[in-house]
Amino acid sequence: MEQHSHITLPKGSIEKTTTTLNIGPTHPATHGVFQNIMEVDGERVVSTEQTVGYIHRAFEKLAERRPLYQITPITDRLNYCSSPINNMGWHITCERFLKIDLPKRVDYLRVIIMELSRISDHLICNSIVGVDTGAYTGFLYVMQYRELIYEIYEEVCGSRLTTNIGRIGGFERNFTNTAFTKLEKFLNEYPGVLREFEKLFTRNRIFMERTQGTGGISAARAMNYGFTGPNLRAAGVDYDVRVQQPYSSYQDFDFKVPVGTTGDNYDRFLVRNAEMWESISIIKQAYQKIQEFKGADAEIYHADVPEYYLPKKEDVYTKMEALIWHFKIIMGEIDLPKGQIYSAVEGGNGELGFYLISDGGRTPFRLHFRRPCFIYYQAFEELIKGGMLSDAVVTLSSLNLIAGELDA
Amino acid sequence: MALTNTYIQEKLVEKFNDQVFHFSTDSGILSFESAAENNLKVLQFLYEEPSLGFTFLTDLCGVNYPDHQGAELVVVYHLHNFIENIRIRFSIAVPVAKPDVFTATKLFESANWMERETYDFFGVNFIGHPNLKRILNVDEMDYFPLRKEFPLEDQTRIDKDDEMFGRG
Repeated sequence: MEQHSHITLPKGSIEKTTTTLNIGPTHPATHGVFQNIMEVDGERVVSTEQTVGYIHRAFEKLAERRPLYQITPITDRLNYCSSPINNMGWHITCERFLKIDLPKRVDYLRVIIMELSRISDHLICNSIVGVDTGAYTGFLYVMQYRELIYEIYEEVCGSRLTTNIGRIGGFERNFTNTAFTKLEKFLNEYPGVLREFEKLFTRNRIFMERTQGTGGISAARAMNYGFTGPNLRAAGVDYDVRVQQPYSSYQDFDFKVPVGTTGDNYDRFLVRNAEMWESISIIKQAYQKIQEFKGADAEIYHADVPEYYLPKKEDVYTKMEALIWHFKIIMGEIDLPKGQIYSAVEGGNGELGFYLISDGGRTPFRLHFRRPCFIYYQAFEELIKGGMLSDAVVTLSSLNLIAGELDA
Repeated sequence: MALTNTYIQEKLVEKFNDQVFHFSTDSGILSFESAAENNLKVLQFLYEEPSLGFTFLTDLCGVNYPDHQGAELVVVYHLHNFIENIRIRFSIAVPVAKPDVFTATKLFESANWMERETYDFFGVNFIGHPNLKRILNVDEMDYFPLRKEFPLEDQTRIDKDDEMFGRG
């Protein structure tokens, strides 16, 4: 313990000195690899310094030597709780840049996958807030359904966490019947589980007292700090990329954008829960629309873009054209047009943007990821200053910080 | 009144005359440049002028163009007006020998870490930044890795002998 001259102690300080406390880089309360060096006066947080970068993997540099399709697996590893949104966000950026139009069915299939991963992202975040406030049960209830969501991914793309799902122009294969059966199972069972989950938390006295009034932020400050996604909406700003700059035919769906008022941990929790209900409704609408496609239309799962979409393997063995495209795509021998684009999607925790600059080469000249976590984590000190240390832990998990996205 | 790219351009030219230049529209977003020393004036005007209202800093990042003599490092700002739902892109260029740029942290708290990141990877010196130090890389690093002078390892090199990584 020592007195720091730059720190003003709060009134009523008993010990008249602060203690430096290290939380992280690995600590059960951080749910990821990042460090907080906190000055605490007793149990009150006086100041904190967030340190990030422990799992920095130089994605932006790596992307400068990869053809577009090889960048998709990199995006998996940003927010790994909702990899498919990152993958789709990247595909959509490429498609906008290359001016590729997608068939409606592909858009709707993508919407299903993106909303499933939004649910899996939010349910993890909300149930972890529960765990950190001492209620473990809800976490176990919803976890079964994350497993079911992962099984759906597995049916579609073959993997679960780092999905690499879809290709530029569509999906690598059509959804199987099993995928749809599992989706139906999810749509039938999950609402009940989510209701049960809400029953455990939303009006739970202990939970409310732990989360209400902690980690709050005003709408103006949140905007100044670059908040997006559920965290900004909890502060009362109804900004949602899906509504403001629709992509993947989101304009065809009917859904609400839930907002909070105080931007505290409780509002963030409620906004995420409400968004899960909206996502369920979007998935139902999308599934309905998909069932309306008949005949050949019901088999479409990619656009016709031979320059970027790998041909079928049997065609590669038998047709010259397909063989050439296959070779050119795999060897990354396709020159990109010149230009630049900024394209964003609504990720699990905010506006996930891709800023792509091409100088006409085969790989991006520069690719920058706008990672929502990285930007709003700056506000952490302001959110927790003067509060209790145990509330800081809840705030940390309710911000939904994902180390992969922080560090890129 | 719907805010349009033409109106924004007119407003900017009216205020800054030839201090803002290279207007273009790339995939719907109005892009323009200004001299590096004017960056704060332009950002503040975009923020405070009631009919523009670009109060949200979406993104700030660096780009390195080694061939642009005297303007090797570029800082790109993406701004957003939530009410009119319109984005713009604003960039400034500085020489790599003297990469001094005024910090935008007084206007946007969110610029703090994004500027640190830009410093970390490109070595842009943000004047007036409250805490300009490396953020993702180790503090001991003595170069700026996203500059083009640092190529990625050549995948075809054969002088390395490490069986574990398939080069045995």
